[in-house]
Amino acid sequence: MVTATPTPVARRRPTGRPVLRLLILVVIVAVVLYPLIWMVGTSVKSQEEIVNNIGLLPERFTPGNYTAGWSNFDVGFGRFFVNSALVSLLTVVGNGLSCLLAAYAFARLRFRLRGMWFAVMIGTLLLPQHVLIVPQYILFRTLGLVGGDWPYLPLLIPQFLATEAFFVFLMVQFMRGVPRELDEAARIDGAGPYGIFRHIILPLSRPALVTTAIFSFIWTWNDFFRQLVFLSQLEDYTVPVALTLFIDSTSQSAVGPMFAMSVLSLLPVFLFFVAFQRMLVEGINTSGIKG
Amino acid sequence: MALTTAPDPTRRGPGSGRAHSARRGPGAIRHSEGLAGYVFLSPWLIGLMGVTAVPMLLSLYLSFTNYDILTPFSEVEWVGLANYERMFTADPSYWHAVRVTLTFALVAVPLKLAAALGVALLLNRAWRGVGLFRGLFYLPSLLGGSVALAIVWVNMFNRDGAFNSLLSLVGIEGRPWVNDPDWALETLMVLAIWQFGAPMVIFLAGLKQVPTELYEAASVDGAGRFRQFRNVTLPMLSPVIFFNLVLETINGFQGFTAAFVLSNGTGGPVDSTLMYTLNLYITGFTELQMGYASAMAWVFLLAIAAITAIFFSTGRFWVHYSDGEDR
Repeated sequence: MVTATPTPVARRRPTGRPVLRLLILVVIVAVVLYPLIWMVGTSVKSQEEIVNNIGLLPERFTPGNYTAGWSNFDVGFGRFFVNSALVSLLTVVGNGLSCLLAAYAFARLRFRLRGMWFAVMIGTLLLPQHVLIVPQYILFRTLGLVGGDWPYLPLLIPQFLATEAFFVFLMVQFMRGVPRELDEAARIDGAGPYGIFRHIILPLSRPALVTTAIFSFIWTWNDFFRQLVFLSQLEDYTVPVALTLFIDSTSQSAVGPMFAMSVLSLLPVFLFFVAFQRMLVEGINTSGIKG
Repeated sequence: MALTTAPDPTRRGPGSGRAHSARRGPGAIRHSEGLAGYVFLSPWLIGLMGVTAVPMLLSLYLSFTNYDILTPFSEVEWVGLANYERMFTADPSYWHAVRVTLTFALVAVPLKLAAALGVALLLNRAWRGVGLFRGLFYLPSLLGGSVALAIVWVNMFNRDGAFNSLLSLVGIEGRPWVNDPDWALETLMVLAIWQFGAPMVIFLAGLKQVPTELYEAASVDGAGRFRQFRNVTLPMLSPVIFFNLVLETINGFQGFTAAFVLSNGTGGPVDSTLMYTLNLYITGFTELQMGYASAMAWVFLLAIAAITAIFFSTGRFWVHYSDGEDR
């Protein structure tokens, strides 16, 4: 081997066999995407093809599963989508507001016991929700909030009280990057803690708020455990809870409609992914909790 | 903890928003800022008390009772340690659930992290297309926790599912994996491993931090690919490995959705997918033994705390922080 150009140790390491690496990556992509493509394919297969056609795509495109699934239950699937959207969007608002307030206190204000509260907040990061579900259910039920006129309150109240510590932490980390000189300048102009929040921190925290909004939407949209526990009336069901009704109906004929509704239920998350891919990937890099 | 307090310069100036000129000075400002601190913190504090602390204490109390949601609080019976005794000595399905959960975590978490690290190493070169691959690999982490995907997964490993179709192409006769007690949990493990994208993204960020000079020095010293990986990449990456390991283990213990969907909420076939949280759900919300379920919840919490503590105490021996920071 003759290295003609005496470039002192190339910046990039010798890359081995790029073609081989690309080939491996393509194979992994195929394995990773296979279930998703199969899901979409199956959702437009006829019942007969679902059993007999082992190919990914249908021979005859059968969109009827979507209409069948949409009206498979006494309550139309549209209602479940509206319910899920309502819960998810209000969760976004609640998390954004309450976590921002808490984060500002932790990141910028000095008050007694701040260090202790911060440590407590970090401690709740690792607290599994399953540990709290039984007593929370009892409390909300005692307050008459389970299955009442406002069935989503048990799901939403915690979100308006900054209990999702992950977002508080994310915002604290972000706010620490906002130069303190800005605070000082505002202070000289006569702004107090509230003015600084309103005019400096709030506008500059937009990126952290957007990340929080995207993640809380997706996690709430996908969440099953809490919604399963707290929702008891069919018309209050969210999409994930409604989807499990398909499992109860054991008949094979429900597979197509079930897949169709599964595809639809993943569509909002997928669209978020397409629109915010870079932000999502970088978002988990900032603190990486959950997937 | 370096996180807790950044040293603030002492605040002074006319910004306190208060007219008490007599009390002006750092003390007065701190007072008003201290008040503001608690004002901004109040939603979180109320949440901490009402949604976290009080329920935790309530749950601790209930774990010593035979509470089921049907009897009024006034008639709740104190049963002492009976729930804990039953859990540890007289409830085989509890231990079965513990075994299922441990098996799941011990197999799925290392494999998921290995997949994440392997793919991250493949991607860790600056060339066009890396962003696309990274995004595609990350997609399952966004979708994989949902009921919809669990439904797809169960059907994929059904008797007529796509997996068996693939096997039949190479002449292997499959089986109804999800209905087979020996294989049902494995299909859930595969679902977990499929979501390797999230730890992979974190690995990729960690790999970017490894200084190229270290590889150059190693290769000057004659270290081959493998030696470089062992002596440069792994030690430099150990904090990220540690982070992912703690996180994924804790997540792994909490698997619920897929097991619920696969077994229609029963933990079957033959309790093979009876994850701890599913067992807790069945005990508390199907059988309404909320006192007993509370005891399970507390043991779960203590177990997770203990495992985290073990991770952190062993981390000292293999996690290498190059910035000299001690954690």
